[in-house]
Order: sequence, then structure tokens, then C-alpha cells
Amino acid sequence: MKLRNTMFALGVATLTFAMPQGAEAGKSDDTLNWTSGREVAVVDPYYNNTRELVIMGHMAWDGLVFRDIESGEFKPLLATSWKWNGDTAIELELRNDVKFHDGSDFDADDVVYTLNHVSNKDNGVLTYRNVSWIENAEKLGSHKVRINLKKPFPPAFAYLANAVFMMPSGHYDDVPKKPDGKLDYAAAKPVGTGPYKVTEIKAGEFVLMEKNDAYFDGSPKGKPQIDNMRFRTIKEMNTAIAELLTGGLDWIWDVPKEQAERMADNPAITVENAKTFRVSYLAFDVLGQSGQEFFKDKRVRQAFAHAINREAITKNLVGPASVVIPSACHPDQFGCVQDVPKYDYDPEKAKALLKEAGHENGFEFDIYAYREREFTEAVIGDLAKVGIKAKLNFMQYRALRDVVRKGNTPVNHMTWGSYSIPDVSAIVSNFFTHGPDDLTKDDKVKEYLAVADNSIDADKRIEFYNKAFSRIAEEAFWVPMFTYAKYYAWSKDLNFSPTPDEIPRFYTAKWN
Amino acid sequence: MLYYTLKRLGVAVLVAITVSILSFSMIYLSGDPAVALAGEGASNEDIENVRRVYGFDRPIIVQYGGWLVQALQGNLGHSNYLKAPVASVIFERLPTTMLLGACSLAFALLLAIPLGVVAAIRPNSLIDRVALSVAVVGQAMPSFWFALTLILWFGITWRLLPITGTDSWKNFIMPSMALGYYLTPAVMRLTRAGMLEVLSSDYIRTARAKGLRPLTVMFKHALRNAIIPVVSLAAVQFGFMLGGSIVIETIFAINGLGYLAWESIQRADLPMMQAIVLVLSIFYILLTFLADMLNAFLDPRIRVA
Repeated sequence: MKLRNTMFALGVATLTFAMPQGAEAGKSDDTLNWTSGREVAVVDPYYNNTRELVIMGHMAWDGLVFRDIESGEFKPLLATSWKWNGDTAIELELRNDVKFHDGSDFDADDVVYTLNHVSNKDNGVLTYRNVSWIENAEKLGSHKVRINLKKPFPPAFAYLANAVFMMPSGHYDDVPKKPDGKLDYAAAKPVGTGPYKVTEIKAGEFVLMEKNDAYFDGSPKGKPQIDNMRFRTIKEMNTAIAELLTGGLDWIWDVPKEQAERMADNPAITVENAKTFRVSYLAFDVLGQSGQEFFKDKRVRQAFAHAINREAITKNLVGPASVVIPSACHPDQFGCVQDVPKYDYDPEKAKALLKEAGHENGFEFDIYAYREREFTEAVIGDLAKVGIKAKLNFMQYRALRDVVRKGNTPVNHMTWGSYSIPDVSAIVSNFFTHGPDDLTKDDKVKEYLAVADNSIDADKRIEFYNKAFSRIAEEAFWVPMFTYAKYYAWSKDLNFSPTPDEIPRFYTAKWN
Repeated sequence: MLYYTLKRLGVAVLVAITVSILSFSMIYLSGDPAVALAGEGASNEDIENVRRVYGFDRPIIVQYGGWLVQALQGNLGHSNYLKAPVASVIFERLPTTMLLGACSLAFALLLAIPLGVVAAIRPNSLIDRVALSVAVVGQAMPSFWFALTLILWFGITWRLLPITGTDSWKNFIMPSMALGYYLTPAVMRLTRAGMLEVLSSDYIRTARAKGLRPLTVMFKHALRNAIIPVVSLAAVQFGFMLGGSIVIETIFAINGLGYLAWESIQRADLPMMQAIVLVLSIFYILLTFLADMLNAFLDPRIRVA
């Protein structure tokens, strides 16, 4: 793959600067052509959990609330106002001027139907955790509903804004049956209230969307500007770059750093490195289950934190929008406390800690990873400088996950995207509450998180997350590494701004 | 001949079943399909839910047995990822891959046979060396590199051909060249060797002595006989091209069977992967079987052996 990218990049490097021509096709027929590497066959945000459907979900559907990316505030979308009724119920007033793409009116029945369908585990929603906190929904009036929660769930609005989209009442009732006799909910025709409506799907090839001219006034998403959106699947990045250069595409992302930097010289292309919610971290076998017991000793874990030059990895390998993180969370998430014990790059201090721990001559251990091999290799290189020799075990995610959970990895270098949920409960509570992903089983952290995760008092949450993150950092249960950043490239004809949550809002795009 | 045919047919069926068992087992060895389907970072609850809903909680042997029974009844299953009947997806994409395979084979034959003939006319001459070099470069050059080079020149620099898709015949030119070029050396060398052998035979000498025109001798008498082994090689290579188009389909974003196979492996879509392996192995086995029959028909010694 590297050889291929290098060879092609050499060619692209010579051609991109020499070719001022940009994407003409999209602007001339008012169609934004965008691509990514995954096939899309099912256009339903509950039955397809890929990033592509998260993006399309926000284009074709609306949630009850809207999260303002700039301020982090929740604003009305399909709901006009809301209030908590105790710790486990939210009452919402709904808009009465919204229509679905099929022309039907939006009202309380649609909300009740959608929430009761998706929260029923038997209906097989793929990312069930997005809705697992919902007990049920009740109709209180033609445009008023109550959502009952299973237990206090403070990030409810983050999920309502990012992952819970409204379908028309009866949407999943008339779907065909699968050969096993079960209803095939994924076959439901996509109908939402969003700024774009799905007009054609060719499984694995393209998805066409058309501007929803009837989109309601006053939506914080704004009125859509571009007439058509055409999503295509192009797996090979070099091919996608070639299409962008020749006008076949208007927008691509996940461009490798070296190619993005070369494309930036092309006057017809805009290249930008933008934040994502994904973070990189090293997790240790704190309990010594893997047979390599070095990491039971806090000083060894702290030595790792001092030995790795995270700034250099961020700057040289990831991209300018990436930042080093001191806490086990993303800085943009609610509750991601930054004021925790920090470990600067200091190889001498690392050596001193290792000597103190009885490893003056270093040791050998196994590290496991699945993504961006070069990042892990940089970590291994830094560790070698303080005398620690790491053997890299590079595996597919689906195989590695079980190995990690069984405690068989002395150190694992993993990543976590938090499902783009801007709340730390989407990361820290997954890894430190004695669940299957918790390799530390620390009672104190669990105790702090139990308070923070179950209180709807924001100040109290911050206080207890502070305690939890401080302990995680002090004990060096993880070495939080950096936030991921990805390169976007788009035609100069297109007025587009990336967002920090890895969900491009194409409905705000327009032509220059 | 009948015994030989039945024997080859039996072997072909056993190969198809073995390939199917191996592919089923290997997807499990490469990781939990429920994890792949639930997506990266899915919670334990999500994965358990997926495992239950999609039946991955049953013993592997039961899952395989269930699939085999259904497959024998003509039901290849339902894709876990594409949420569509496997057979309809496969047969929707198969024509694209077959067209690509046929175009690639045509390109390879059109390039390699004339090269082989020219090389045989003047063995060990400069023409022979040039023809050999052209062919060998095809085998030595990685197909992805060749494909990307074609894109660079024909797609980006000169803008003569579309880079991706299957909208018109122009879309198939670069992929066919990239895929077919790899086959060129084998065909070219086989043609050259066949021609050399035939050209030195008595009946060609007789034809020449009768005063027939050189072109008539070359194409009517020599090439027709020399090309027979090329036909059986081409049949087998067509099977290879159906399965081996994964890289080329990925690079040119062609929504064919090779690309579907690759994606299905990535996302551990068991029913889809099983069906593709079965369909491709049946194709390959059938083509190999036909080549065997053709050879046996042409050369009785094979039947006896």
C-alpha cells in the first residue's frame, strides 16, 4: 500500500501543480459529488451504522434537538422547547409546521412511534447504545411527548441531537420479510424531514439526494443551497484524488498526509486538516493478566508516558489539527477535564523511573495495534530509546478486540471515536466502569464515574469526572496520545467548512 | 471418455465443497463476524445483540450446515451488510465482472497472439527479443501500478478516458488493459512455442513446397494448429480473471464481483462471502473442467492416463 501510494503520489505531485483545472461538473449541474470508501446499500441511520450514514442521517433526517457546533449549546430542531421532569423523563413540545418528504405532517405520533420502535431491542437497531437509555415515549398531546428514561442519563440531549432521528409513524410496519421470516427493517424506504431527500439508491454504487424545497423555515440547519448531492463509493484513495483533480468529484476526505500536502499546491483544490472525535491511547495490562507483569507497576506505566514523544508524532505523522491529550477523553467533549497530572516528553525521567522499578536494563514486551501502523512504530521507536523493546502484533480490529478483552495484551494501542458524542461518558465510562473493556477494574474510578454518569447536575458531573480523570492520569492507567485529524480536499468551486466532529454538514455547503 | 468425464466431475464437486468449508472457517479465524458487523467501537451489548439477531451465537458447524442445506435448495441467503438477497446482488454484479474479464481476455489475446506469431517467424532475432520483452514486462509489472499509471496518463494528463465507473465502453478500456496485460506473457510464449513446433513439421514443409502463399501457410495451416493449447489456457485464465479482478475493480471503482468479494471479507459478511466463493469456484472449476475435456478430446493419451 505504501509503495503504491508513494508511486502514485510522485505522479500526482508532478501533475497537480501543473493542472489548474478544477472540478467543473458539480457546479455546472448543481450537484455536489462526494465520496468515501465504504459501500452504502442501506440508507437508514438505525440499520446502517457507518460514518456515511451518520452524515446522510443529518442530511435526510432531523432530530428533536440540534447541537450548535460552535457553542456546544442544544437548540430547537423538531422540538421547540423541553424540560426535565425529574431525573428520568424529558417532556418536549414539537413543531407543528414540519412535513416529511412524503408530504405527511410531523407530530407526536411520529416521535412516539420512532422512539418505541428503536428502543425495542428485538428490532435490531445496529448501534443499540444510541437508544438503549430510552424506556419508552408517550404522547401528551398532538405536538407534545414525554420520553421516559431507564435511569438518569445526562448525555441524553447529545444522543438526541446526534443519533436519534425521527421517522414517520408506521415507517417500519410494511417492510418485506427476510428468508428467516423476520421483518427486514433495513428495507424501509428512506423518508425523513431533513433538508435533503433520498431519490435513488444503487446498492454499493451511489446514493442520490435532492434538495427538500419544503424544508421548514427557522431550522438551525438552514435552507439547503445545492440542488443535488451524489454520493459514490470509491475505495481507492489514489483514484478518488484523480477524480477530484479531473472534476469527477467535488469533495473527498481521509487523504493521506503526504498526498494532501502536495495537493495543497494545486490552485483548484482546497485542502484542510480538521479535528475528529477520535482519540489514540495506549492501555496497559494493569492487572497482569497477559503473563507480562511489568505494567502492574505504576512507575513503568509512567515511564512509558515520559518516553513517548507525542508532540512529534502529532506534528509529523497525524496533521496540524491533531493535539496531544493529557486526559482519557477528547478535549471537545463535555466533562473532559484537562487539569490532570501530565507527563512531558522526558526520556531521562523515563529511564530513572524504569531504574527505580528495577528495569535499568529495559525489558521486552508485546504491543498490539490495528490502525495506522506508522503511529505504533513511532511509539516503538521512542520506547527503544529508553531501552524498552516492543514486539508489534498488528491485527484486524475484529480479531484484536477479543484478545484485548481477554486481557491478553500487555499493551494495546487503540483508538476510540465516541460515536461523535460530545460527552465523556461515551468514552471513559466504557473503559473504566468494570465492563468488558475495562483492563484496570479500579474501584475508585468506577465510584467517581457512577456519580458523574448518573447526575443531571452539570457542576456535579464535572467535579466527579475531574476526580476520575485525575486518578486515571495519576495512576497512568492509559497513556492518552493525541486526537485524530483528517485531511479533507475539495474543489475551490465549493464553499464548505469541515466540522470537528467528523460529520460534514453538506446541507450548509454552497457554490462559490 | 465417460469414465474420465465422471471422474473429473466428481473431483470438481469435491473441490467446490472444500473451498466452501475452508472459506467459512477462515472468516471465523480472522475474527468475530458480530464485531465486524456491529462496527468499530461497538459496545458489548450491541455486539451481543447483533450476534443474537444474525444467528452467530449458534455453533459454527450448525451455521455452515444450515447454509449448505439452503444453498443446495438454491437459496444463497441474505446479506448481513447489504440487507438484500445474496443471489440478486451477485447476479446484478456478475455481468460487469464477466464483461471486464472478457474484455481483458480479448486485449490479452489480441496483443499476445500476434506477438507470439511475429516472434516465432524470426526466432532469436531482435523482433523476437522485443516481443518477449513487451510480454515479460506485463508479468513483472504489478497490476495496481500499471493501473495507476494508466490513470495518471490517460485519465489525468490527457483526459482521454474516464477514470471510474461503468457508464460506457470507454470505462472498460483502462481496466481491461491493466487486467489483461498480466496474461499476455503466458499466451505469447505458448503461441510462440506452438508456432515454432508447427512451422518445423512436415505438413507445413509440404504446404510450402506446394507453393502456397506464406501468409496462407502461416495463418491457415500453422496458427490454427498452434493456437489450440492457447484456447484451453484462455479458458482457465478467464476463471482467474473473474476472481482476480479484485484489485482492478477496486482501483477503477467498478462495482463488480471482485470488489464485492473484497468488501464482504472486510466486513465479514458471511452469506455473501460464501456465495461468491461458491460461484467463483464453480466458474473456475467449470472452465478447468472444460479445458480438461478439450485437451482430452484433442489428445487421447490424456484420457488413458
